[in-house]
Amino acid sequence: MSVSPAKLDNGIGASKEAPPTVVEMIRTFAEERRSFWIVVSLAVLFVSWEVAGRIPISFAFPTFIETVVAFGEMVADGSMHKAYFLTLQPLVLGVVISAAVGIGLGVAMGLSDKAEWLLAPVFIVLQAAPMAALVPLVTFVYGIGLTAKTLAVIMLALPVIVLNSYKAVRHVNPSLVDMCRSFQGSRMQQIFKIIIPDASPVLFAGLRLGIAAGFIGVMLAELLITPTGIGDLITYHRSVANYAHMYAAVASIIAVSTLTLAGLQYVETHLLRPEKRRK
Amino acid sequence: MANSALARSGSVKSATSNDAVVQVRDICKNYGDVEALRGINLEFERGKLTTLLGPSGCGKTTLLKIIAGLVPATSGEIRVNGRVVTGPGPERAFVFQDFALMPWATVLRNVGFGLELKGVPAAERDRTARRYIEQVGLAGFEQKYPHELSGGMRQRVGIARAFAVNADVLLLDEPFSAVDEQNRRKFQEDLLRLVDLEKKTFIFVTHSIEEAVYVSDRIILLSPRPGRVSQIIDPMIDRSASPDDIRRDAGYLDVVEEIWQGLRQYAE
Repeated sequence: MSVSPAKLDNGIGASKEAPPTVVEMIRTFAEERRSFWIVVSLAVLFVSWEVAGRIPISFAFPTFIETVVAFGEMVADGSMHKAYFLTLQPLVLGVVISAAVGIGLGVAMGLSDKAEWLLAPVFIVLQAAPMAALVPLVTFVYGIGLTAKTLAVIMLALPVIVLNSYKAVRHVNPSLVDMCRSFQGSRMQQIFKIIIPDASPVLFAGLRLGIAAGFIGVMLAELLITPTGIGDLITYHRSVANYAHMYAAVASIIAVSTLTLAGLQYVETHLLRPEKRRK
Repeated sequence: MANSALARSGSVKSATSNDAVVQVRDICKNYGDVEALRGINLEFERGKLTTLLGPSGCGKTTLLKIIAGLVPATSGEIRVNGRVVTGPGPERAFVFQDFALMPWATVLRNVGFGLELKGVPAAERDRTARRYIEQVGLAGFEQKYPHELSGGMRQRVGIARAFAVNADVLLLDEPFSAVDEQNRRKFQEDLLRLVDLEKKTFIFVTHSIEEAVYVSDRIILLSPRPGRVSQIIDPMIDRSASPDDIRRDAGYLDVVEEIWQGLRQYAE
């Protein structure tokens, strides 16, 4: 992570006074590799963070470097591992259940009018409802254990996955379905060879939104229900004014969430829609 | 090489000149209150290319989809090889106006898809697919995806897919309407070559009079609202001549004119 600002400095320095060959090298590299722009984008973010921390904009706002050091300390003393061990359990469990049940129900609603009539109103209401307000109710019923936290994840992730899967199936190209029928494809072939692959971009968009909502769910649970895991790290370090450590915990969960979503995109383009890789 | 359309009565392949592979009996189709087709009776001869021609709204695509079994008729029946059909069957293959290619599959998989659905083993399926890919002039593009091809090339994939399942009857729904004019002419010539090579029955839907006269053994003119058969024309074009000579031939131009006279009352 800390390598990035160095790269940016290098880039600025090069464009000012270095011989043209270096500028050209960077330019060709920038044109060929999209990752260059990702690095630049992150570098700009981290440098502005560092500058904002040094001004400082608030006594409770640490610099980027302080945060990285704090992160290193928390990894070294094992508190980060313990926190993630606790946070990831309800998160993974909740997301896996939401993905399986959500895609199943959503696809069923897309394929059958009866399933749509039965289920669509429920999920439309659930999606509109401010779920954060219901999290304390879950605690009231299920206590402060793993069940309550998993339920919080599912409550936030499931409706968006269901509704997107349903829309994905409803917007499948009817011409492709006709094509499958005209070659005497069975209903199962139609679903697995045409409908699901054609729906997969929207299906995955729903999954991405659902997983992002799942992260919100688990953080809400840990901040509102039971101070454990990353939520506890954040609350604890805030209460003792260890702002660098608090920010490190926040930034780490953002990073984990981002990497998870990037990984999901990789799975989509490599398994289901290979043609999107070549663009 | 090319079959002379003039020599049709002396066809050796078919036992009688009335060897109808597809029979359309009293087909009516209503969409709610709208009457799309009324009392259609037609026979399509084996080994011939028959065109359904008419202005938009005459139900030509609907009729083709009813023959394909993709759309149910309100009343009447379709017989293919003498048997009444109610849905799609292996003796018919459809070529779609919008190509209907799977964007996530390569040309090779798209062409072999009809065989894949039938459970043909991969090696055999690929062999057949490669043969037809070559026949439609796409050799070398087997591993490309549809978005990497031009409109004309995509429709060649659609045609190869229909050929690959070895159906008796090929149903083509305005296959060249999304292809530009230059490619369209080339396409029509290629289609005639494939008709000659494959000895199959073709039912072709188009709204282009020139295209219909150029490729067809028989043209069925439909009139709109509701769709009915208004005229049946056998162009009798001598296809042994070069394509450019055919397009300048007086007989060809006369037929085009005759059809235009029949259709102009429906033009706005």
